[in-house]
Amino acid sequence: MFTKKKIRHILVRHEQAAVHAAEGYARSTGKTGVVLVTSGPGATNAVTGLTDAMMDSIPVVCLTGQVPSHLIGTDAFQEADTSGITRPCTKYNYLIKESDELQAHVEEAFYVARTGRPGPVVIDLPKDILMLDAPYSPAKAKTQVARRYNPVTTPDPEAIKKAVEMMKVAKKPVIYGGGGIINSGPDASQSLTQLVNETGWPTTLTLMGLGELDASHDNFLGMLGMHGTYEANLAMYNCDFMLNIGARFDDRVTGRLSDFAPTSVKVHADIDPSSINKNVRVDLALIGDANEIIQALLAEMKAQGFESHKGDMKKWWSAIEGWRARQCLAYKQTGDIIKPQHAIHRLYEMTKDREVYVTTEVGQHQMWAAQYFNFHKPNRWMTSGGLGTMGYGLPAAMGVQVAHPDATVIDIAGEASFMMNMQELSTLAQYRLPVKMFIINNEWMGMVRQWQQLIHGGRYSESYSASLPDFEKLADTFGMKGLVAHTADDLDGVIAEMLATDGPVIADIRVAKEENCFPMIPSGAAHCDMILGPEDTEDAISEEGKVLV
Amino acid sequence: MFDKSKVERHTISILVENEPGVLARVIGLFSGRGYNIECLTVSEVDAHKKLSRISLVTTGTPMVIEQIEEQLRRQVPVYSVQDLTVKGPHVERELALVKIVNSGDKRVEALRVADSFRARTLDSTLESFIFEVTGSSSKISAFIDLMGSLGAIEIARTGVSAMSRGSEIDY
Repeated sequence: MFTKKKIRHILVRHEQAAVHAAEGYARSTGKTGVVLVTSGPGATNAVTGLTDAMMDSIPVVCLTGQVPSHLIGTDAFQEADTSGITRPCTKYNYLIKESDELQAHVEEAFYVARTGRPGPVVIDLPKDILMLDAPYSPAKAKTQVARRYNPVTTPDPEAIKKAVEMMKVAKKPVIYGGGGIINSGPDASQSLTQLVNETGWPTTLTLMGLGELDASHDNFLGMLGMHGTYEANLAMYNCDFMLNIGARFDDRVTGRLSDFAPTSVKVHADIDPSSINKNVRVDLALIGDANEIIQALLAEMKAQGFESHKGDMKKWWSAIEGWRARQCLAYKQTGDIIKPQHAIHRLYEMTKDREVYVTTEVGQHQMWAAQYFNFHKPNRWMTSGGLGTMGYGLPAAMGVQVAHPDATVIDIAGEASFMMNMQELSTLAQYRLPVKMFIINNEWMGMVRQWQQLIHGGRYSESYSASLPDFEKLADTFGMKGLVAHTADDLDGVIAEMLATDGPVIADIRVAKEENCFPMIPSGAAHCDMILGPEDTEDAISEEGKVLV
Repeated sequence: MFDKSKVERHTISILVENEPGVLARVIGLFSGRGYNIECLTVSEVDAHKKLSRISLVTTGTPMVIEQIEEQLRRQVPVYSVQDLTVKGPHVERELALVKIVNSGDKRVEALRVADSFRARTLDSTLESFIFEVTGSSSKISAFIDLMGSLGAIEIARTGVSAMSRGSEIDY
């Protein structure tokens, strides 16, 4: 790296952050993120990030150092069994034993990371291998790869035919899109939009899928799941036909499985056959790349003369409009105290004309961001979905900013998550990465507090964020701008100043301390048992649900 | 909770690249996802192509068995996964070594039983025998049960090796 200037290296402060930064880079560009860490503690620190990338299907290649080959197995200084530790949290991993394996393994590693269902790949490199010359030979390229890893991308035409036949008789259909469409590339989002337009069907997206259909599209019902909208969840509950494209029936989406869309016929499109029938039994599987599947469906719809049932669709839409009319995301901003929902809504309004990328940490602020920040394009929203990694947002934002130096990159954070990787402020300062850190500060680990309130009888235990730093001064120590909004009147001014500042900014938004995140499907409940607001919370959670998380 | 269907026993044959860690990868998948392994046999079958075959017996509901197979298939060094139980007629064989320590009439009876199971005597002292017996797992279990009632025994079983009948060749 000393001589090869083609590779740009960003020296972060902690290996977990390095992986999240690579994830942010990967999610916002569609390319593979690369991480370089040292042996032993470097590799073990990277494990959280690798698991995060595994759960959310993000292409990352992580190069780990290892002690010299002859010392492996001797409990040498900074030795860890990296390939053993990372085996369950990577899509694949390698321990390089001979330098002449290097080229084939590195080429395969990138191929494995980005194709099929993407994921993290680790290459463990003993020091003696690193010291040897291993010249690249174009002639040898890609010999091994083709033999042993061949994900299917083109769907079976018979299955596509059947799917369209099923679509033709649907009277209460819903499209449920997930992160697989984002992973397939921007073309897949365009195809989805075309599919939504041609069918006229209501569409809901998972947390991972936000942005693949423009949030302002008339057919968009909002996000579904535990903190999804009333209309999205009731459409799922009542539908007679579900077209799942690139989503995996996660427990945060399905709620109680026995009552998940009980009257529906389900078609599941996924690139990973192991996602089929894992949690929810489906009637038809379409295996392949999301874009290829949607394009094949569109072509087959044309061939079969697909038409939505006009009369039935009208009835279905009027039911949905009825649910929409409940305005489940409505909130009242009155008085001085800033409602967190209002803070995010204003942030959206004031940034919507910019090239804006949003990352989040994990918790209430993450759900509010998903609910109140509208995404109009894919690859603009980076959040830790599957693993729920607090501390994801700040380092991910660094990766996004490196990839898009001129864009506005905002980490919508909670104060507790923010502190989990705030050593990276130093990295932001070093590389002058102008990330805007928008901290929804309620002085609680709010989602934990909310569950303790709703599920554990108000026994608030270890959920208070004590001894918080003064974020304004914290920014100052790193030579960046710090801002505070104490009251609702301060809010717009703080956002405006944050956006007008060239470098990184920490904006400490002091919000209502005990605001809860609604709507909510309590754990163990079905889509039809939503809590819309504080008035619904009495006895909403069953004994069975309390055991779940 | 949700899946109330019956638990089934399936024999699965997996062809993998014989590389370091491949067995850990396969069994780690089972332990990590809470699947059962009733028995497992693994050995290299083609040194030139670096291939090993893993024969594995597992139990689970049909939904779990389907998951197990798809999870195996998506591993990079896995070339093929065959569910022999689903595929149809197949042969399963297991080999066991049984050491028995006894004397007198029981020693004579042990030899007689071994003969009727077509077990071979591999080692013999004045107090003990080692028998080698092959066959289906149930035959071997029956043999071990009988031996157990005739003296103190030590057992080593290989686990099942299995293959589908007919002229088709896997990979």
